[in-house]
Amino acid sequence: MHRLLFIVPVLVFVGIVIYFATPLLRGIDPSVIPSPLIDKPVPAFTLPPLPGYPKGVSSADLTGQVQIVNIFASWCIPCRAEAPALMTLKNMNIPIQGINQKDKPANALEYLKELGDPYVAIGMDIDRKVSIDWGAYGAPETFIVDAKGRIRFKQAAPITQDDIDNTIVPLINKLRAEK
Amino acid sequence: MRGAFAAIAVVLALAGAARAVEPDEMLKNPVQEARAEAIGRQLRCPVCKTESIEESDADFTKDLRKLVREQVAAGKTDAQVLDYMHSRYGDFILLKPPFKPSTWVLWLAPPVILVLGGIFAFFMTRRQPATAEPTPLTAAEKAEVEALK
Repeated sequence: MHRLLFIVPVLVFVGIVIYFATPLLRGIDPSVIPSPLIDKPVPAFTLPPLPGYPKGVSSADLTGQVQIVNIFASWCIPCRAEAPALMTLKNMNIPIQGINQKDKPANALEYLKELGDPYVAIGMDIDRKVSIDWGAYGAPETFIVDAKGRIRFKQAAPITQDDIDNTIVPLINKLRAEK
Repeated sequence: MRGAFAAIAVVLALAGAARAVEPDEMLKNPVQEARAEAIGRQLRCPVCKTESIEESDADFTKDLRKLVREQVAAGKTDAQVLDYMHSRYGDFILLKPPFKPSTWVLWLAPPVILVLGGIFAFFMTRRQPATAEPTPLTAAEKAEVEALK
């Protein structure tokens, strides 16, 4: 019995290894902050449009159908990486509302001219207040909002084709069927 | 030598007080500014993770500091400002996370390990050192010792 006690540190060590290795091997990114806003209604906001655009984005626009909300900025390098993926979603007739975070309007317009405009409407969040209200901590960030205006999904990283195929489209189909 | 230690101590002391707040961010009212700083010190920077928002130079964090100051100036209590941040970013944003089932390990592990280690150390030091009699030399060994003389 007494000798068996020597195995305790080994067991503790194995436990610690399993505890830390599991998220690592499952590909969980520890830098991603889980959002407390999932399943909550979108925060109330109204953002003005970019110059020359007919309308901005407000919380009232986010009910009635399943939509994507995408936070982007011209200064954001990963946003450029996900720009083609957003065009793919647009071509699949999935409406994307844009929140242009902390940007100069002229730079934002130039960015859209260069990379294409996948958005049904864009609101200018010049002081980041609305981004913070959405619990964002950078750009790009992507949310899926259901027809009742509740946030159902968040991704704080650029969207890839893999995300579209395996996460976004299946979830949107599921949420559309909820109606 | 003593001077070098003093210099290091001063540098460390200053490092502890590091602030990223720029003069134009500060509130005019020093009482409110002190409150905003105290709140900011309890909020973890979501961009850099290991600093409070008062210490972080990240552009995003600057806007969080600004928001804390705006809310303080608008008459919100400390708890209201912290609650707002908590409602947006969850437990992550609090440098002192609440005590609840998912943080039990975090809060309880240090005292539990200390107590277990203390018990272990207590019994280890109390145990009598081994004082077994040495076994007497065999006849062959005695002969060997004799030969060396």
